[in-house]
Amino acid sequence: MNSSTLPFLILTITPVIVMLLIAAKRDHRLTASVTAAGLIAALASIFLVLPAGTITVTPLFLIDGYTLFFLFLILTSTLAVLLLSYHYLERMQDGPYEEYYLLLLLTALGAAALLASLHFAAFFLGLETLSIGLIGLIAYPRRRERALEAGLKYLILTGVSSSFLLFGMALIYLDYGTMSFAALGRLWDSSPASDIYAYAGFALLLTGIGFKLSLVPFHMWAPDIYEGAPAPVTALVAVVSKIAIFALLFRFFVLLGGYRSPSLLWVLSLVAIISMLAGNLLALLQDNLKRIFAYASISHVGYVLVALLAGSATALAAAFTYLAAYAVTMIGVFGVITLLSQPGPGHDADQLETYRGLMWERPWLAGAFTVMLLSLAGLPPTMGFIAEIYVIAAGVGRHLVLPLAALIIGSAIGLYYYLRIIVVMLSPAPRRVAPAPRARLGGATVAVLLVLLVWFGVFPAPMIAGVQQTVASLSFAPRTAPGSGDIFAPQRPAKAFADRESKARTSNMFNF
Amino acid sequence: MMLLWLILIPFLGGCLAWAFRGRHADASRWVSIAALSLDLPVLALATRAPSGAWLDRLNLPWIPQLGINFELGLDGLSLLLVLLTLLLGIVAVIISWSEITERTGFFHFNLMMSLTGTIAVFLALDLFLFFFAWEVMLVPMYFLIALWGHERRIYAAIKFFHFTQGSGLLMLVAILALAFVHQAKTGVFTFDYFALLGTPMSRATEFWIMLGFFIAFAVKLAAVPFHSWLPDAHTEAPTAGSVILAGVLLKTGAYGLLRFAVPLFPQAAMAFAPTAMLLGVIAIIYGALLAFGQADFKRLVAYSSVSHLGFVLLGIYAWNTLALQGVVVQMLAHGISTGALFILAGALQERLHTRNFAQLGGLWASLPRLSSWGLFFAIASLGLPGLGNFIGEFLVLLGTFQKHPVFAVVGAFGTVTAAAYALLLVQRAFHGTPRKVEVPDLRARHIAVMAGLAVAIIWLGITPQPVVDTAAPSLAALQASAATPGPGAK
Repeated sequence: MNSSTLPFLILTITPVIVMLLIAAKRDHRLTASVTAAGLIAALASIFLVLPAGTITVTPLFLIDGYTLFFLFLILTSTLAVLLLSYHYLERMQDGPYEEYYLLLLLTALGAAALLASLHFAAFFLGLETLSIGLIGLIAYPRRRERALEAGLKYLILTGVSSSFLLFGMALIYLDYGTMSFAALGRLWDSSPASDIYAYAGFALLLTGIGFKLSLVPFHMWAPDIYEGAPAPVTALVAVVSKIAIFALLFRFFVLLGGYRSPSLLWVLSLVAIISMLAGNLLALLQDNLKRIFAYASISHVGYVLVALLAGSATALAAAFTYLAAYAVTMIGVFGVITLLSQPGPGHDADQLETYRGLMWERPWLAGAFTVMLLSLAGLPPTMGFIAEIYVIAAGVGRHLVLPLAALIIGSAIGLYYYLRIIVVMLSPAPRRVAPAPRARLGGATVAVLLVLLVWFGVFPAPMIAGVQQTVASLSFAPRTAPGSGDIFAPQRPAKAFADRESKARTSNMFNF
Repeated sequence: MMLLWLILIPFLGGCLAWAFRGRHADASRWVSIAALSLDLPVLALATRAPSGAWLDRLNLPWIPQLGINFELGLDGLSLLLVLLTLLLGIVAVIISWSEITERTGFFHFNLMMSLTGTIAVFLALDLFLFFFAWEVMLVPMYFLIALWGHERRIYAAIKFFHFTQGSGLLMLVAILALAFVHQAKTGVFTFDYFALLGTPMSRATEFWIMLGFFIAFAVKLAAVPFHSWLPDAHTEAPTAGSVILAGVLLKTGAYGLLRFAVPLFPQAAMAFAPTAMLLGVIAIIYGALLAFGQADFKRLVAYSSVSHLGFVLLGIYAWNTLALQGVVVQMLAHGISTGALFILAGALQERLHTRNFAQLGGLWASLPRLSSWGLFFAIASLGLPGLGNFIGEFLVLLGTFQKHPVFAVVGAFGTVTAAAYALLLVQRAFHGTPRKVEVPDLRARHIAVMAGLAVAIIWLGITPQPVVDTAAPSLAALQASAATPGPGAK
């Protein structure tokens, strides 16, 4: 066993310690502190093992810069959610609270397993661990009807999509006789055109992943679950589970050599395009903030898919940057909702009307919310602006004309509902009846997120340097011949880009 | 470093203005005026050490990994436009003294941020920084319209935002495409203006990228097929917002065409020039006709802007020395005269709570000062010789005549139609059966502003030479960079 596994070991041991602790003594503050300490220790150990390089742990897991980058993102997100949850749970006054932290750790563990997986077995293992944690968390406020409903819905849908995934994996195994991503890629290389089983297998696999990422047309569950889940858990669903599954999808796609399959690319482009358009359009119709952000997150995953489709080194760096910005912003947004919510048997502060005049009542909170909305809309001076430009740059570098058009139209539509929330907050309003009590931990978390959002929006150089370094250290390479990188060439204005071949050659820097 | 301060001072002033919210309503006004006034000597200091066409330059690393620098430059053209921005900024603060009484801190914060973004747009020489500033000036203006505007403010604000943001993203794609083409040809990924000048590329590529830039700037300039946001935004905005929109923000579109769209893509721009000039002529005539048909004071002025900016578009694509000089004078004169008319519309609205001509008329007897200033600036707007607008329009038409006589001849009709709508404005708002209204006439504050603007426009009309001389080196440099295509160009 190599020392590179240290973050994973810490992350595995912490739930056990927490479980024993709960058995010995029920204490909310103690449990939360131990959980946070475990997460911080795991985070610190990432920097310890960073110089160790790439290590394969059994045929199932790979620990490299890619894994560690996303692990860092997921652990910080989990930590932020924990800090937001503490006072929220306290105010719910309906214990026990301790198991919440156990489920939180379980979710992080499952996500971590997904990031590192190289094999269908690890993939499924991680996914189920993640889902089981989330089901418990979504339904945690057990006196809330909506939460129970959401938990049940998530249970059923996650079960269905898992069975799709399993069936897909089985069909692919039937055809190729392997479950390892890399071996699958090599076999696919030698016999790319395969029979109906493999096609059906990939289709089912993509369906399952589409469900988990809530891409259109597999998105129907997302708004209900975002609405029903307690606000901090919604952040977890939106950020941790999506980032983990996206990271897996990107790695799987690259190792498989998906860039050589026009049909796979077409399907993914199509899904990305509809997700960007439909996500933004459906968000227009909502008056519930959590539902708006559910649809917004659908469209944001569509944006990152553009980076996946581009598949260059720039694109990978763009995806890293985008997901980092997405994590900071989404947790911030749900953090603000959490801080404003009055937990109990009712619901969170998710009605748009609740926010009327917030700027004049709690200016700092509303100001932070405004900046976060600007970031989601991709406006300066925020991380979201830099990230969106990075993704567009990746797309322009590979001439992804249609996805880029969808991205631009989508974000132009998106402006409408983000600005609507801001205008509601800025309009004058009568005083609220009972403002939610302040929560110091949560407030501090939102403040830190806000500073990060603006700091990296104005001075993104250190972040981009780190991301580019990580990308340069990666050993897994996509199976594209250099020069054939032009995967989604424009059909009509081909004349316009007469010099694209030479361009594609230079922008294809992904040949490690 | 002066250039950095030029941007930082209004930014910090805006933050400070917000900090003074609540009890010290007037404090935020004074802070804003102080910050903008402080910028004037800074601007003067920045012109001390000129080198070539550039009065001052600044280059700091920003995102070196992506070839992005914090690169600013001040030449004669940007000097004039920054000066216009600062002066109209001060005017905007003064004339909203009695109009804006709610949330003054946040109002001035937004006003100052919008001005900061505009100044940065006029100074940016890195295309990424330019886009950043382009976006920064947008959001505060949205708030100004949406929060302090008139009846249909939300609709107007959202329309404004969508037009400019959608076209802005198109420009972003064009900027990135240009950077990638440059990288493919030279191996260097950069957003530096000087490096990207003369990038060799095929005809078709050049055309499409140029079009991305052109559409973004044409939307901002409210050129005819993209003009429909302008009447709504200008009409619904609070007075200060209208002044800044018409006086300064529209000029960023013209500036973008002058600085980027033509010099970066000289051949495509020349091939496209007849189309652009045609759009300019259409804007002149169509804007004037629509202005003629309006029943709302502010809408009439807004459509007259469309007409005036048609001259700017016409002159830019004529691209000879005379026409470009005309463009510069026209931009300044339009900023002053249209700004003044919007201020008067705001003053009327504040007193009579209407901008509709059906409810105005016959005001000369009761409001002699307001009405006479209205006459003066309406006359300026129609291009009376001796006032700034005349010089601008005349030079543009003269320059265009050398290139495309037909466009010049048709465009010249615009001066006739301008007389029609400007006189109609005076007749319907101020003349007619005298009517007694019990409201105060213009106060000292407004009269001082009006007098200042009047002096400026008379000065521009009688001695335009200093302005022309200031802009001449930078216009010559722009023409030179457009005339020498890169070595590998076809």
